[in-house]
Amino acid sequence: MDGTSQAPNCAAPGAERAAAPGAGPGSGRQFLTLSGQPVKAVYRPEDAPIDYARDLGDPGRYPFTRGPYETMYRGRLWTMRQFAGYGTAAETNRRFKYLLEQGQTGLSVAFDFPTLLGYDSDHPFSDGEVGKLGVAIDTLADMERLFEGIPLAQVSTSMTINGPAMVLYAMYLAVAEKQGADWRQLRGTIQNDILKEYYAQNTYIFPPQPSLKIITDIFAFSSEHVPKWNTISISGYHIREAGATAVQELAFTLANGFTYVEEGIKAGLDVDCFAPRLSFFWDIHNDFFEEIAKLRAARRIWARRMRERYGAKDPRSWAMRFHAQTAGVSLTAQQPENNIVRVALQALAAVLGGCQSLHTNSFDEALALPTEQAVRIALRTQQIIAEETGVTNTIDPLAGSYFVEALTDQMERQAEEYFRRIEEIGGVVAGIEKGFFQKEIADASYAFQRRVQQGQYVIVGVNKYQMEEEQPVPILKIGEDVQRRQIRDLRQIKRSRHRRRVSETLRSLAAAARRGDNVMPPLLDAVRAYATLGEICDTLREVYGEYREQAIF
Amino acid sequence: MDRPIRVLVAKPGMDAHDRGAKVIARAFRDAGMEVIYTGLRQTPQAIVDAAVDEDVDVVGLSILSGAHNTLVPRIMDLLRQAGLDDVVVVVGGIIPDDDIPALKAAGVAEVFGPGSDLDRIVEFVRQAVRERQRIG
Repeated sequence: MDGTSQAPNCAAPGAERAAAPGAGPGSGRQFLTLSGQPVKAVYRPEDAPIDYARDLGDPGRYPFTRGPYETMYRGRLWTMRQFAGYGTAAETNRRFKYLLEQGQTGLSVAFDFPTLLGYDSDHPFSDGEVGKLGVAIDTLADMERLFEGIPLAQVSTSMTINGPAMVLYAMYLAVAEKQGADWRQLRGTIQNDILKEYYAQNTYIFPPQPSLKIITDIFAFSSEHVPKWNTISISGYHIREAGATAVQELAFTLANGFTYVEEGIKAGLDVDCFAPRLSFFWDIHNDFFEEIAKLRAARRIWARRMRERYGAKDPRSWAMRFHAQTAGVSLTAQQPENNIVRVALQALAAVLGGCQSLHTNSFDEALALPTEQAVRIALRTQQIIAEETGVTNTIDPLAGSYFVEALTDQMERQAEEYFRRIEEIGGVVAGIEKGFFQKEIADASYAFQRRVQQGQYVIVGVNKYQMEEEQPVPILKIGEDVQRRQIRDLRQIKRSRHRRRVSETLRSLAAAARRGDNVMPPLLDAVRAYATLGEICDTLREVYGEYREQAIF
Repeated sequence: MDRPIRVLVAKPGMDAHDRGAKVIARAFRDAGMEVIYTGLRQTPQAIVDAAVDEDVDVVGLSILSGAHNTLVPRIMDLLRQAGLDDVVVVVGGIIPDDDIPALKAAGVAEVFGPGSDLDRIVEFVRQAVRERQRIG
C-alpha cells in the first residue's frame, strides 16, 4: 500500500526530485553500495526468486553457497591468522611466538620487497627496503631462524609470496625436513597467484607464460609430495586494494582461478588431483551486505564452473575455501582508533560470509607496520566475534534474506558478464597484455576517489567529522641497522657454504628450466646448498626473461 | 597563455603500491596538467633522467614502502646535480610525521599522507610552480 498520495505535501517547493535508481520511500538521494550499485528501499520475495536446492543447498553441499563444510564454525572455528613480518627473521620469529601465545591459530608471513621481487638484501636496488615492509629472507638460514622453536608439523603457515613462490616454498620444505617433519603432514598456503600480480599487486618477476608453467610444476609436485598444502591462494584482495569494485574483485579473481584450472588441465593433470588444493583470498571492505553477498556468490560460481565446465567429480574440487582480510585500503590515518571499529565490522562480514581463515588489520596500519599492542587488539577482535557474539552458532544466518539473496544473484550475474568480456578479449593473459584489467581498475579507483572528494561517499574523520588537532599514536619503526645486520649475516653464509655445490645446483636448475622439467626438485637442492634467493631468481631470469609493466593510469 | 604545468609522477624503489600514484596522476591530468607516469620500480637515476628528458616543473614521488629516508634524499641530490633545483618535488605515501622535517630539509616542498584532499594537492602544486617561476 502506498499511502503517500493522500498525505499533504509539507515539503518545501523544489524538494521533490525524480526517482533515481536506488531511490525509494523516504529519499531524495541515491542509495548506493560502496561499489556504486543501486540499492532499493525494500526487497521482497520477487527480488530473490530462490530455488533452494539449485541456488543454495545446505552447507557443505553443492553449490556451496552456504559454506564449504557441513558443520562450519560449529565443527571448528576459522583460523585466526595475522599477517606478520618485519626486520630480520629473528625479530619476526619473536612476533610469531607472541601471536601464538595470544591465541592465534596459524602463521602468515609478510616478506620485504627485496624478497618479494627475488633480490638479495645486498643488491643495490634493495637499499633502503630491507626488512621494511616484511621480513628479509636471503637463504635457507633465514628461514630456519624464522621458524626456530615453531614445529612446522603442528602449525599451518601461509606465505604471501608470488614471483619467487617456488623458492620460498622450497625453503619451507627444507626447514621442515631439518625439523624432521613429514611433508605429507604439512599444512599451509603459498599465495603463488601470479596473474593478479600483473595488474594489481605488482610483485611479478618473469613473464606470464613461464610463471604459469612454474605454478603447474608446484601443483604437480605438491599433489604427490605435500598433499595437504594449498598450492595457490587465488587472491582478490590485491585487486580490490588496487581500487577495483567488489564485482571486479569477484569476477577478475574467479577468471584467474579458471585460468589456473585450464593450465593444469592443459599440462595433463587430472582436475580432481589439484583442484581440491586451490584456495582463495578475499578483501572485506566497508559495505557489510555487499561483502557477504560477494563471498556467497563466489562459492556458488566456483562450484558451478568446476562441475559443469571443467568436469570435476570430487566435491572438494567444487567447494571454495578462502582466507579473508579486512580492507587495508579502508583504514584511515586520521583518527586511527576509528579503524578498530571498521575492522570489527568488516571481520563480522567475513565471518557471516563463511571464511576459513581471517586476518584483521591493526588500527595503526595506515601509518606504519603494526605495533604489538595494535596487533593484539586486532586479534582480540576476532576472538570477541568468535566467542562473545553468538554469530557462530548457526551457519549462513543471512540465507533467505531477500536483500542478501538478491544481491548475491546480482553479483553472480555481473561477474558472468565480465567472464564473457574476458573471454571475448582472449582470456586473462591477453587481457593483461592489452591492459584491460589495469584500465578497468584505474577507472574504478579514480571514480571512487571522486565520490569521496565530492562527499558522496563518507569516510569518517577524513571528509566528515574531521578534527583539527589529533593526538599522535605510537608507531613501529624499522631501524636502518636491520639492513646492515642482514647483509652481514648474508656475507657470513656466503663465506661458509660449499661454493661448488651452490654452482652445481644452480646449473641443474637452469638445465631443468630450459628442458621444461619440473623445477621443484632442483630448486630444493639449490636451497639446501644455501644458494641465495637472488642467485636462484637470477638463474631463472636468464632462462625465462623478465616482465615489464605497461604504465597505465 | 602559459604552457601547462608538466608533472612527472614517479614510483622510486621496489614499492609495488600504485593506486595512489595512478589516482593523483589522473587528478593532475584532470586539472589540465601534462602528466608523465614512470611506472613501478624506478631507480633514483632513472627518475631524474625522466625529469630532465620530459622537462617537468614538478616531480611527484609516491612511496609506501618505508624506503623514503634512503631514496628521497638521493633523488634530491641527483636533481640538483642535473641542474633541476627549481623543480617542485612533492612526496605522497605513508611517511611517519617524524620523518617529514628531514625530507623538507632535503628540499621536498610538501608531503601528503593517506586521505589527503586531491584538490588541495593540485592547488598546492599550482601555487608552488607559480612561486618558483616568479623567483626564477
